[in-house]
Amino acid sequence: MTSQKKQVVLAAHFPGVNNTTVWSDPASGSQIAFESFRRFAQTAERGRFDFFFLAEGLRLREQRGRIHDLDVVGRPDALTVLAGLAAVTTHLGLTGTVNATFNEPYELARKLASLDHLSGGRAGWNVVTSSDAFTGENFRRGGYLDRADRYTRAAEVLHTARELWDTWPSDEVLADRVAGTFTRHADPGAFVHSGQHVGIEGHFTVPRTPQGRPLIIQAGDSDPGREFAARDADAIFSRHGTLESGKAFYADVKGRMARHGRHPDELKILPASTFVLGDSAADAAEKAHHIRRQQVSPQTAILLLEQLWNKDLSDHDPEGPLPAFDPVLDDDSIIKGRARLFDDPLATAAQWRALADEKQLGIRDLIIEVTGRQTFIGTPGTVAATIDEFVQSDAADGFILVPHIVPGGLDEFVDQVVPLLQERGVHRTDYTTTTLRGHLGLQHE
Amino acid sequence: MSLHLAVALDGAGWHPAAWRDPSARPGELFSPEYWLDLVRIAERGKLDFVTIEDSLGLQSGRYDGLDGRADHVKGRLDALLIAARVAPVTTHIGLVPTVTVTHTEPFHVSTQLATLDYLSTGRAGWRAQVSGRAGEAAHFGHRTFPAFDPATLAEPAVQAFIAELFAEAADHIEVVRRLWDSWEDDAEIRDVATGRFVDRDKLHYIDFTGERFSVKGPSITPRPPQGQPVVTALTHTPLGYRLGVDLLYVTPASAQDAAALVAAARPARVFADVVVFLDPDRKARLDELDGASYTSDAHIYVGDAAGLAELLLSWHDAGVDGFRLRPGVLPADLTAVVEDLVPLLRARGAFRTDYTATTLRGHLGLPAALNRYARTEVTA
Repeated sequence: MTSQKKQVVLAAHFPGVNNTTVWSDPASGSQIAFESFRRFAQTAERGRFDFFFLAEGLRLREQRGRIHDLDVVGRPDALTVLAGLAAVTTHLGLTGTVNATFNEPYELARKLASLDHLSGGRAGWNVVTSSDAFTGENFRRGGYLDRADRYTRAAEVLHTARELWDTWPSDEVLADRVAGTFTRHADPGAFVHSGQHVGIEGHFTVPRTPQGRPLIIQAGDSDPGREFAARDADAIFSRHGTLESGKAFYADVKGRMARHGRHPDELKILPASTFVLGDSAADAAEKAHHIRRQQVSPQTAILLLEQLWNKDLSDHDPEGPLPAFDPVLDDDSIIKGRARLFDDPLATAAQWRALADEKQLGIRDLIIEVTGRQTFIGTPGTVAATIDEFVQSDAADGFILVPHIVPGGLDEFVDQVVPLLQERGVHRTDYTTTTLRGHLGLQHE
Repeated sequence: MSLHLAVALDGAGWHPAAWRDPSARPGELFSPEYWLDLVRIAERGKLDFVTIEDSLGLQSGRYDGLDGRADHVKGRLDALLIAARVAPVTTHIGLVPTVTVTHTEPFHVSTQLATLDYLSTGRAGWRAQVSGRAGEAAHFGHRTFPAFDPATLAEPAVQAFIAELFAEAADHIEVVRRLWDSWEDDAEIRDVATGRFVDRDKLHYIDFTGERFSVKGPSITPRPPQGQPVVTALTHTPLGYRLGVDLLYVTPASAQDAAALVAAARPARVFADVVVFLDPDRKARLDELDGASYTSDAHIYVGDAAGLAELLLSWHDAGVDGFRLRPGVLPADLTAVVEDLVPLLRARGAFRTDYTATTLRGHLGLPAALNRYARTEVTA
């Protein structure tokens, strides 16, 4: 008797606004026209992906006090695009990031529940929080949240949303013309929530949704972030893309779940991944290097270096050596609107210097070497085998793939790798369920 | 001269017992197919746009709280997301969701409407709505509103409260509009030589500071296809004339009344709201089911399409640019508007036989929206 192989969860991340996304390539299309989203989502659905994912932005990034101009920028409101995609797809899950700090729980719960109805049960929410006053300058309440309160705020907003989603029993709407009863109860949807961050009461307006509640996704990596995911999330986007670190993260997070009364299968761990396909290993490696050079222009190399040095380095030659001085240690980062990238700048700078000396690299080549290398580089056969190996050995339950080109960057994966995963018996050849929770084998709530 | 026609979509129709009409589809009010069907009927009639009603609280027949009834439609989906769901599978009709300004973030509202404009390639509008209901404020938990009803409307404290709500609404609309303009149309340059994707000189901080909120900008979303999606509002008070919208819905009771309201509301475009029952018996039947005679803030028309055409033409002669018809029952009265009223208006040369534009601004004859931040004139 052969045991059933674990199925690979596949998610498609519409490329975002950092230098992973190549805009200088002739194949690069619009990052904002709906046609790009339609094409990308329909390609994912053709590949029988579990879901589409779209991140959000709430303030344009700045560096050295000026709007960052080197990367793709400009994006839509996530939930609004997802509702549009519900019209042009039939099975694909539709998920997006919505910030729990700069949105009110009542409004957020209402929009997510509406999306679940409008998509027939395909909605998902990546819960993120932010505490920076920089982003807060675009919102009513400003940057009021202490960094330490981020996860308590996220958890409370999520729990409040769940309370709202549960207010209408699934049989509340009768629409009985003869008896003249539209709802089973007068004024359904009553709720009261009184907590540290949220104090609201009244009536929720959206009937219980097809999934009961949308899929909950989480992306934090810190200890409280992992605990939050183990307790509350249905999927987690991880950054642990190597086999060993993936296994360690997987074991750690899944190991926390029993304490919350949950089974390990109830949380899907999905490392964020990039890929480059070639006819041979050498061909793929050459393509990967070409893409890295597109991603790291001379100007981008200096900007990325500044993020570690925390100092204006615009007088440095991108092909020249690293700065002679050490990074500036200062809480006031020169980059705004993006998460802090380096925990120990002095140690990282020392490593970079050593590598540059050893390989005789200038700034740009060094940056290409040390940042954002692609996860899977190889022939379709080796990439499919590697993905399968990661999943079967519990380094992941699947992957969230981020192509580097909009909107056609997913095509070759769907055309060349998906059929091989299907041959291996680890990816569906057609949808057997209609809801996102159904695709992931999760209970409807 | 041609008049403009819009329909206002709300649940099963505007009569509180509409959902009990044999033609209604009350079990489908929360399904996307229902809304798509309604919008497609309106598009078949070449109407200018549909509005979609919404609120941040449960429907109630009372202003000062809930009405405790289980025999009326309760519950709604988010109107902007309904419009987004419909946009990619319709082609010409304008989509104008209701979005409340009182408790929402201007930044989100701006990007959401801009996104709807992208989804519909230039057919987005907005019915900006003020909320004074105490129950809705409690859903947000930041402010306590007094419970009041129309009987106390003349009291100075109530008047001051309403004036403050409208002032906040005007600020909200101003911020939304500035954010739409905060990217110049040619800000994206993709200049490989300098490595720059955007020209940051064409992205603008809006630096709005008001009583209730401050917003820095620029938007996260590039300027939408129409530049400025069409901003509309329903008003029963002169406070509405100062909201800074493109189009106002008013509720005249007669042609004479309409003329006076138009004169006061200019320079905005002015549409008159009219509730329509295009079946002589339908309203009476529903009134009986409901146990009360349906009344409205707007004029209620009951009769055949020919009589309605006469009414619309006479109010149009009085200066009204167009009408937002509120169907008593959906889809029946919407279908009658498209199949019976529209042909009569066309026969009089008073309504388009086909769309001549692809954007909502185009349907309404609004000029191209200039960008307040652009330093150079765009030359044709």
